[in-house]
Amino acid sequence: MSAPHTEETLQVTPLHALHVELGAKMVPFAGYDMPVQYKDGVLAEHLHTRTAAGLFDVSHMGQAWIEGPDFETVARALETLVPGDILGLAPGAIRYTLLLNDKGGIRDDLMVTRPAEPARANSIFIIVNAACKEADFAHIAANLPAGISLKPIADRALIALQGPKAVEVFARFAPAAAEMIFMTAKAIDVAGVPCLVSRSGYTGEDGYEISVPERDAVALTKKLLGETEVKPIGLGARDSLRLEAGLCLYGHDIDETTTPIEAALGWVIGKRRREEANFPGAQIILGQIANGVARKRVGLLPEGKAPAREGTEIVGGGKVIGTITSGGYGPSVSGPIAMGYVATDFSKVGTDVELMVRGKGRPAEVVAMPFTEKRFHKTK
Amino acid sequence: MSEIRFTDQHEWVRVDGDVATVGITDYAQEQLGDVVYVELPEVGKSIAAGDEAAVVESVKAASEVYAPVSGEVVEVNADLEAAPGGVNEDAMGKGWFVKLKLADKAELSKLMDEEAYQSFVEGLA
Repeated sequence: MSAPHTEETLQVTPLHALHVELGAKMVPFAGYDMPVQYKDGVLAEHLHTRTAAGLFDVSHMGQAWIEGPDFETVARALETLVPGDILGLAPGAIRYTLLLNDKGGIRDDLMVTRPAEPARANSIFIIVNAACKEADFAHIAANLPAGISLKPIADRALIALQGPKAVEVFARFAPAAAEMIFMTAKAIDVAGVPCLVSRSGYTGEDGYEISVPERDAVALTKKLLGETEVKPIGLGARDSLRLEAGLCLYGHDIDETTTPIEAALGWVIGKRRREEANFPGAQIILGQIANGVARKRVGLLPEGKAPAREGTEIVGGGKVIGTITSGGYGPSVSGPIAMGYVATDFSKVGTDVELMVRGKGRPAEVVAMPFTEKRFHKTK
Repeated sequence: MSEIRFTDQHEWVRVDGDVATVGITDYAQEQLGDVVYVELPEVGKSIAAGDEAAVVESVKAASEVYAPVSGEVVEVNADLEAAPGGVNEDAMGKGWFVKLKLADKAELSKLMDEEAYQSFVEGLA
């Protein structure tokens, strides 16, 4: 049997000792020693999140404030780096957006929040990917005008509570959170701890991401884990959950060489932003909207049971027409699922293709994503 | 009378007469986690020692199962195709992968016995 093994100097999150105590299998991820799974294993953890509530440590991700004289000035500054409508965010609203390079390639994907609290009226809160955070923060800071600054938040953990029971459980500690709708954020006390709570996530389930002061992180996590519905969930299940939900993993499904249009993320580009055409790579991206792209990100459903992993060639009409960028087993789908890029001619839902797994072409179909139903809380 | 031998790649081979049953060890299934797919060779295929005999996939990754000894595939564990979790449940027993008709019994002497494998695994911890 073959097994990978890596050694490097790793950072730890405030919850590291708790993961070890809970019996997690720790692996290096984005420079951190992180729990890939706990005792129940990836399958059980995935299914638990879909039926009850899973608790994730995502403290390795990069949290920061961008501060300036007022929201409008800060939003306009950030809009020079992303294609999203940041200016149009209502207080308390969150938007998924992309840091773009000058060619329209994706430097990172991130969550941008306009805080609801008057005391933060001059700030924007961002959460970026762990592997990109140093580069992102440097890039943003270097491109902010005088009077606006980026302040990385190093003294806060980030935990996520996700699943159909997340709201019910969380309300026991923070009743106000039950009223929140999806993609909004609020500063609220959770079991007496001042947190910034976002109703959002990366699993396709309803739930929260909770930015919590480092010193309170272990105690709050233990309180949430003390509820019968809640189990700790590792990065393994986080990956299979997001893949079933059709969500991109940076560095795999999107990177500096893919544009939002190729990545089927054109919806992130605000209407006003298209008209203003003033985001990085705007000419290229607007040209792609007008004239089409050569390749597109699609969902792929293998016909048999063999998972097709990242890097698998996709064949159509006797030629290689693409590559899988994320692929594996979907525990809730009970079978293999994948996403990848295909030549646009093969991107229509229902198109038959072949996946070259271990030298053998295996039938698969282009399908719409998500692979599982999304259950977000859109209205009260 | 059967004897069991182990590889440093965490396969086991149990020999009865001239038939060698091959699987992965309990340590290996523990490391892999939940097995969700197993790909088995065709019956009749000849496999050399050290070559790929089967593929085992967990939620996260695919791994090769190498033949500890050379031989011709005489039987595969078709139960694993429908219920790959059998590898996790009983790696050393019902979770076997293939049976090979031994080509060269002398190859067995190059493999570890149970005691040697146990101390090999302890050394990995």
